[in-house]
Amino acid sequence: MSLTLFNILIAVIIAISFVGLNAAYLVWCERKGAGFYQRRPGPMENGPWGLLQPPIDGVKLMTKQLLIPGGVDKAIFMVAPVLAMFPALVSFVTIPFSETIVAHPINVGVLMIFASAALGGMSLLVAGWGSRNKYSMISSVRAVSQTVAYEIPLLITTITVVMISGSLNLNDIVERQLGGIWNWNIWPFQEAVGYNLLMPVSFLILFVCAVAETNRAPFDLGEAESELVAGFHTEYSSMGFGLFFMGEYANIVIGSCLITILFLGGWSCPIGDIGTFPFTDNVGWFLLKIYMIIFVFIWIRWTFPRTTIYGLLNLSWKYLIPISLFNLLLTAGLLKVF
Amino acid sequence: MGGYFTELFTGAWSLLEGMWVTLKEFPRKPVTLSYPHESVKMCRRFRGHIELIGDEEGKPNCVVCMMCQRSCPSGCISLHGEKPEGSKKKVLTGYILDFTTCSLCGSCVESCNFNALQFSNEYNLASTRKEDFVMDLLKRLEEQQK
Repeated sequence: MSLTLFNILIAVIIAISFVGLNAAYLVWCERKGAGFYQRRPGPMENGPWGLLQPPIDGVKLMTKQLLIPGGVDKAIFMVAPVLAMFPALVSFVTIPFSETIVAHPINVGVLMIFASAALGGMSLLVAGWGSRNKYSMISSVRAVSQTVAYEIPLLITTITVVMISGSLNLNDIVERQLGGIWNWNIWPFQEAVGYNLLMPVSFLILFVCAVAETNRAPFDLGEAESELVAGFHTEYSSMGFGLFFMGEYANIVIGSCLITILFLGGWSCPIGDIGTFPFTDNVGWFLLKIYMIIFVFIWIRWTFPRTTIYGLLNLSWKYLIPISLFNLLLTAGLLKVF
Repeated sequence: MGGYFTELFTGAWSLLEGMWVTLKEFPRKPVTLSYPHESVKMCRRFRGHIELIGDEEGKPNCVVCMMCQRSCPSGCISLHGEKPEGSKKKVLTGYILDFTTCSLCGSCVESCNFNALQFSNEYNLASTRKEDFVMDLLKRLEEQQK
């Protein structure tokens, strides 16, 4: 793909519309899912099955007044929501939806995604700091300690996968896993992963970290509404809040994309080379996988109550980090042996 | 060190059990009602505001003996009737219930000897205007007969 201005524009438009559409309709899925798990019908009033709810919510958000409270650090206050949305958009540049459909395959794609994920944590800190609100401040302190704690096992687990595929390029990582479900990184009994029995465990670690990194329940200590009003976005109204919201859902999509690429074979067909997904260039498999993961995200959110901050940090420092470190060493050793 | 792994495994297992519980509920039918579109059928003995009982022709059983009006401790019932030409009985011409002061004590229903009053099952009563609770029960009966 030649890197002309036109191509870039098209890629940007597709990325933004994909993110926007996902953010809007994941909210709908979330509410429907919450309804079904609690034996309610969920949104029903606007359009069939409440499908018109997201655009109506969007219009409502946009028509609200963008209020900037007195005494806030104005520049920082206004930068924070953009900082929440922007890294999420940037991450989509390097995510391969299929062999050919990728905006720009970068050799250090994994690194880039994690760099922008860290920037997402930054936006929470900035929002909490700039709001001049004690609840926002506490919330951002929590969110940052959480992000730092969970980024470590996330990165270590990713390094494990990177060692297996020998590349930081997301396309290469998926290409290692092509050829059927038995080639995916999640399964231990293959030579490429060195018969490492802990591969499913590292998948679980990555999954838990992705839930925690996206600040979702049961790890949503940052916006614990029973303690901190609304956390870091307490003072935000209108589209300021809307951007935080969209950024959050975009992060969920990126998290599930990452899980799919690193462990579930990306766009590869689960039943070997026989099946290309109908109509699309195998993008269908990729989307199917990420939406199944998102379904599990929603499932988890509406099953478990919020943890405590101690429980959250204990889980990371006492369990996830030691186990992922051990797994890293084990994988390195096994890869050397086999 | 033994406790470390037991805690990890029992914790993970309990999480899985919890997820299984919610997953079982997922495909089931909702137990809630979409309120404005459908509502619960109120049980027969619910004491809503009072209403008149009509006979087969739809005329009220009431003979305007004024017992209900007299027995009402809050004075929220006012009714009047007239005797048409050539008739021995009085005919009810208006029955106004001021529900804003009614305490649903039921004295009126108890004092009625002509099976003309009963508690309705109406419970969807919400309004922003006080006048909506001054009810013309005779009109209500006519509308019910339609």
